[in-house]
Amino acid sequence: MKYALLVWSNLKRKKTRTVLTVLSILVAFLLFGLLGAIRQSFSQGVDVAGVDRLIVRHKVTLAQLLPSAYEARIEQITGVEEAVAQTWFGGIYQKPSNFFAQLPVEPAEFLDMYPEILLSDEERDTWLRTRTGAIAGRSIAERFGWSIGDRIPINATIWTRKDGSQTWDFELVGIYDGAKKGTDETQFLFHYDYFDEGRRFGQGMIGWYVVRIADPERAAEVSAMIDSEFANSPTETKSEPEGAFLQAFANQIGDVGFIMTSIVAAVFFTILLVAGNTMAYAVRERTNELAVLKAIGFTDRGVLGLVLAESFVLVIIGGGAGLALAWLLVSLGDPTNGMLPSYFIPTRDMVIGVVLIFVMAFVAGILPAVQAGRLRVADALRR
Amino acid sequence: MNETVEDGAVSGLVAVRGVDKVFKRGSEEIHVLGGLDLDIPEGEFLALMGPSGSGKSTLLNLIGGLDRPSQGTIEVADERIDNLSNRKLAAWRARHIGLVFQFYNLMPVLSARRNVELPLLLTHLSRSERRKRAEIALDIVGLSHRMSHFPRTLSGGEQQRVGIARAIVTDPTLLLCDEPTGDLDRTSSGEILDLLQALNREQGKTIVMVTHDMHAAERASRTLFLDKGRLSLEPSV
Repeated sequence: MKYALLVWSNLKRKKTRTVLTVLSILVAFLLFGLLGAIRQSFSQGVDVAGVDRLIVRHKVTLAQLLPSAYEARIEQITGVEEAVAQTWFGGIYQKPSNFFAQLPVEPAEFLDMYPEILLSDEERDTWLRTRTGAIAGRSIAERFGWSIGDRIPINATIWTRKDGSQTWDFELVGIYDGAKKGTDETQFLFHYDYFDEGRRFGQGMIGWYVVRIADPERAAEVSAMIDSEFANSPTETKSEPEGAFLQAFANQIGDVGFIMTSIVAAVFFTILLVAGNTMAYAVRERTNELAVLKAIGFTDRGVLGLVLAESFVLVIIGGGAGLALAWLLVSLGDPTNGMLPSYFIPTRDMVIGVVLIFVMAFVAGILPAVQAGRLRVADALRR
Repeated sequence: MNETVEDGAVSGLVAVRGVDKVFKRGSEEIHVLGGLDLDIPEGEFLALMGPSGSGKSTLLNLIGGLDRPSQGTIEVADERIDNLSNRKLAAWRARHIGLVFQFYNLMPVLSARRNVELPLLLTHLSRSERRKRAEIALDIVGLSHRMSHFPRTLSGGEQQRVGIARAIVTDPTLLLCDEPTGDLDRTSSGEILDLLQALNREQGKTIVMVTHDMHAAERASRTLFLDKGRLSLEPSV
């Protein structure tokens, strides 16, 4: 601690340069945090996907439907415990930018399949017996200021009603919470029966099945059995674990994780050069002073340590502030009004961020520090 | 080789024996010092004079452990320093040597007191003890009223006083001054020389001072002249 003032005083020597370097580092780590939250949001559900759940969809594309009759056949397959149908509704609430997922489901089976969706017993009972009843995640309900009993009109973009209208009316009978961080709290769920009977076309067809299996270790085997059950039929299936399905869904717009990692890597490399350059300049312009320190008795390692400490202070302040700011901004909520459900910085990313701070500090400072440590006193004093 | 010096010299605090110093510049070898012998008794105020490039500062650096001889031995207070490792030599310097530079070499980002405290950071002294000792050293050089001032707000003479306070704060065995008045006007030079003389006479500090200034050298108890790597009692003509 007795050297802290010396380190701090040296950093204050060129205030503008130090502030600009700290700001560069701050921006890099802010970006790291924000992109981490966005990546998390795009891979939403992958981390919390049930290891005992499979997704069965049309072999060609998710947009093509499967017969609802498949459910009973799937449930007959050895290793399958239960199958639940889901369909993409794709409606608009008030305006197109108010995006969120709306899914017609079989309520009792759905809640049984997803124990991470927490609903009070009273709300559950009300939903089961209310044909036009719907439940919404806490996040989406708070976003639109919904409360139980509200009438929610959704305009269909795919599923026109039998009477030709586009508007489907729902009564909000429950607001669910997620049991885990990362559980999607932006879904709007309603009765499949109400949907199937009311739609003009596609009766008896569903989007995909969620299948619970008895032994997660046998996921590949059960998937193959399901797909072979419907092989050579007009609607062949593709089965895969829920996590893989969600990842593939996120990858429809590109490998988001790779894109984010590439951006962050490029930014970090640039900032590493900025920080390294700052430290190199700081040492070069202080050659004489460093030589004086050695002349009065500081060892090579001592001088090396002082320079390295400056690098650590610089990067810890910038990086720490960047991560803290990212956390603060992310905690204010999804800036896209629902396009990024489960928007948060995963703990893993925060830990990686802290590790990166120390790595960057070391890499940026080590060469100038070694150079300072190797300085020959008599030569340097002559400069 | 250095007969004039060896005659009558007594073995003292510093013993330089057969020291050569060769600098390499590319393929060229520059012999700065050749077979040099020198004894400095404890309590002496020695002035080293000579033309530029004669090796005065090189000799000072060798005695202060800032550089190593190409050949020969150097003993200070009965301890050979020419064969110490870098780490041990640094520790030795911290314990035994006080350095005063021509251009003061103060840390511009630290106050006068903090500058003087620097060598004490290498000791196990507490913060308050370090502060106390730095204040005493600044008091000795007559700058107790300028402790919190930064170097840029001090005159050249005052900065050199801070430099001297930094050199004496650890109570070193030997005070080495490289052109301590080289950057000062006549009045300030006189004050600095008064101070060095007082440190020598009143506190018994052994001082080796490199200087070009004959008036400065007159303050020393002995003056040696260095030319072409050899010491003599008289300047070469």
